Amino acid sequence: MRTIFKTRYEQDLTLARHGGDVFWYGLLLVVMIVIPFVAGEFYVKELSGLLLFSIAGVGLMLLIGYTGLVSLGHAAFMGIGAYANAALMARGVPFLISLPAAVVITAAAGAAIGIPTLRMSGLYLAIATLAFGGIVENIFSKWDSVTGGFDGLAVKTPEIFGWKIAGTDGVYYLSLIALVLVLWVSANILRSPLGRALVAIRDSEISAQSMGINLSRYKTIAFAISAGITGLAGALWGHYQHHLAPDGFNILFSIQLVTIVFVGGLGSLHGAIFGAIFVASLPQAIAIMRDYLPSKLANLPGLEPSLFGLILVLCILFQPSGIYGWWLRLKTYFINFPLQRKASSRRQKSYAKSERLR
Amino acid sequence: MTALFRAEDIAIQFGGIRAVDGVNFEVHPGEVFSIIGPNGAGKTTIFNLISRIYNPTHGRLTFDGQDITRTPAHEIARLGIARTFQNIELFPNATLLQNLLIGRHCHSRVGLLSQLGFMSSVRRAEIAHREKVEEVIAFLELQRYRDQLIANLPYGVRKIVELGRALCTEPKLLLLDEPSSGLNTEETEGMGYWIEDIKKDLGITVIMVEHDMSLVTAVSDRVMALNYGRVLAMGTSAEVQGDPEVIRAYIGSEPVGAA
Amino acid sequence: MEDAARLLQLVVNGTAAGCIYGLIALGFVLIYKATEMVNFAQGEIMMLGAFVAFSMVATFGLNYWVGALIAIGITAVFGYMLDVVVLRRVIGQPQFAVVMLTLGLAFIFRAAAGFIWGYDPVGFVTPFTNQTVRMGGLVLGADNLSIIVGTVVLCAVLYVFFSHTRLGIAMQASSQNQLAAYYMGIPVRTIFSLIWAISAGVAAGAGILLSPVSMIDVNMGILGIKAFAAAVLGGFGSIPGALVGGVLVGVMEQFAGYYLPPGSQDVASNVVLLVTLILWPQGIFAQSQRKRV
Repeated sequence: MRTIFKTRYEQDLTLARHGGDVFWYGLLLVVMIVIPFVAGEFYVKELSGLLLFSIAGVGLMLLIGYTGLVSLGHAAFMGIGAYANAALMARGVPFLISLPAAVVITAAAGAAIGIPTLRMSGLYLAIATLAFGGIVENIFSKWDSVTGGFDGLAVKTPEIFGWKIAGTDGVYYLSLIALVLVLWVSANILRSPLGRALVAIRDSEISAQSMGINLSRYKTIAFAISAGITGLAGALWGHYQHHLAPDGFNILFSIQLVTIVFVGGLGSLHGAIFGAIFVASLPQAIAIMRDYLPSKLANLPGLEPSLFGLILVLCILFQPSGIYGWWLRLKTYFINFPLQRKASSRRQKSYAKSERLR
Repeated sequence: MTALFRAEDIAIQFGGIRAVDGVNFEVHPGEVFSIIGPNGAGKTTIFNLISRIYNPTHGRLTFDGQDITRTPAHEIARLGIARTFQNIELFPNATLLQNLLIGRHCHSRVGLLSQLGFMSSVRRAEIAHREKVEEVIAFLELQRYRDQLIANLPYGVRKIVELGRALCTEPKLLLLDEPSSGLNTEETEGMGYWIEDIKKDLGITVIMVEHDMSLVTAVSDRVMALNYGRVLAMGTSAEVQGDPEVIRAYIGSEPVGAA
Repeated sequence: MEDAARLLQLVVNGTAAGCIYGLIALGFVLIYKATEMVNFAQGEIMMLGAFVAFSMVATFGLNYWVGALIAIGITAVFGYMLDVVVLRRVIGQPQFAVVMLTLGLAFIFRAAAGFIWGYDPVGFVTPFTNQTVRMGGLVLGADNLSIIVGTVVLCAVLYVFFSHTRLGIAMQASSQNQLAAYYMGIPVRTIFSLIWAISAGVAAGAGILLSPVSMIDVNMGILGIKAFAAAVLGGFGSIPGALVGGVLVGVMEQFAGYYLPPGSQDVASNVVLLVTLILWPQGIFAQSQRKRV
């Protein structure tokens, strides 16, 4: 196991802990850049979807995993970002302005729902965001003039300084750049006082207050940043889908987003990525599995959501720390081999802690 | 000597129960002031009033010449009041270092946007905070636990980490809520030495809620006894412990042979 | 006179719908009071109960009352097994995990229902379908009235059970203080499973009462979200509150549908929910406490 010998405080602040990190992540980045040149259009499109799920996942992870605020209505922010961007572009606003504008609008929406819900505890907040998601979905279908209502809204091709970013490759690179940017910003947040404040709010609101953290301010900031990032994913989602419809941002989508965060591993950026990989590849995996199942089962319209639900249930029962938790266990096993201790990977028994007394 | 902190006729009512009723006391700079009393006397409630988690229904709180009766809870740290909690309210999923760094939050001056980009001003501020935190770690001898998760640390160490986190806020007034609860005799003695060091080396004023009389006698300059939310006695440790009202509150009747 | 009749019609419809929401909310509240778990699959359990009743009455040809009782019984057993097999294992995990778990279960139930009964809406004949009742010059649907009467009966039964039987009192005790209940020799884990059973049975009852009014299909469980509005309005943790909340939501929906622009009815319950959470989170019958540090 690599031991890092620290001589300067700066070493605790850097994003890459050691040369190995730089190498592997750098290699990953190079591979991601090169893929459109070697892989077929189908794979590039799939990867674009994955990248967009990752961005939304990171946005939601900051809120749920790091600040401890559960949102079951985040698809609403995807939708707001998507419709804001598409509607602005439809009115002739250039892409370079409409995209950041969509992000800002969504962040404002996040703050708008964050403020009234400041005093709500976990459960009530979850229900409130659920209601919020439903209301926003309703607004999308009723506000015809902006969103096109049930007919939907066609999304124009983005253009930067006259250069059209068309095709699956174009969307892919936009998404990749966005993801790298979002990951960088999130990592910055996590090593700053802001990140510490968010984690403090998650773990103990009362002592966070005693340490000088203004709960209202930071919860609102968390909502705004989370919504803004998800709005960015939403705006790009519009270009990915080419066409927006109000029922594309329903409660099922919100639950998929929460699943990304939860199954991936709460409380880590890696978790958001792993979760996104899981949720994005599930439809493909099911399609492959269909060939092996008896025909009555395979042709079931509800097969996908049921497997979704089943995996969610199994994850909570057997591996609540998610895919990232599993990945860490695997890494520790190989690093410590053959001296691994069984007890360090066993789940600890915990007792019910009442949430009624907050 | 002007008082650093003053509570004037402070009272709070929960429904029909007066948890704190007409309590008056002053704390002078540099002293260790202990509050004792049976369980349910209102001691921790007073702390919650001072750190502004509760709003008093009556009375006034003054700190360093400033009226803090209606100050929001999150501004107390910036003014110079820090506290520890009876049941340890650390952040279990973070390392000791991260917990102590949160104590520096009230001294954070960097803007939101600079943090999003982790500009060099943020980097410099982080290193300055780290240096301050290391001073506290050195003072409390916590070096070996620096990178460990709080969840993995023994209870006695966690008590000291909470103390450290409060010290990181560079307070003028430190509120210690039952610092010896859950500690054995040696650890309690150790805690006594830390409190003495805090008073003598750091010059911080301490208000302490305690049950352990040996600790109270060892470190306190003055003691106040409470029962049913009211002050029973105030004075030196010996005076208060010998007061017949106080004895009656703890034991329930006049001791045999008392004057 | 015509306006009064229309108003009454809205109130009756709203009350009937509200009773259903209230019954589902009742199930939520029962489980929450005891175990602090929120069962996001409550609506789906109602759906399963309704489908089982359909099988009993329409497929196996049993008498309506017999079939209904059997369906309630089967669903109650299902609720019991659900607790024993799945929910018991997540005690001690944060509330968010339980939320995700029950959401996952909701998906599984929906797919299972689709697998067993298909995706087309079905219905079965009840003694109340297409019947009307005359009351003082007004004609009201017997189906709506049956819902209201049925709810009242169900709640009366539950009230007697909780306050006058040993088991019911033991349940109250376990909800209020688990540790003390254990000390008194109450088998708390079994009690909780029984609470799940009752909750599931009540949900099945709601589904059966609903069947004359709306068809039974796989997506019925979406009413669960409206039931949240009922539970929150009534004060999450209060049993009479759940019903009062339900009726209020139902009536508000009807009025919104009639007096406000089209589409308001769909969003009414969400708006009520959000507004209540923002302005009166304790609901009508408040039940909250504060952490002591």
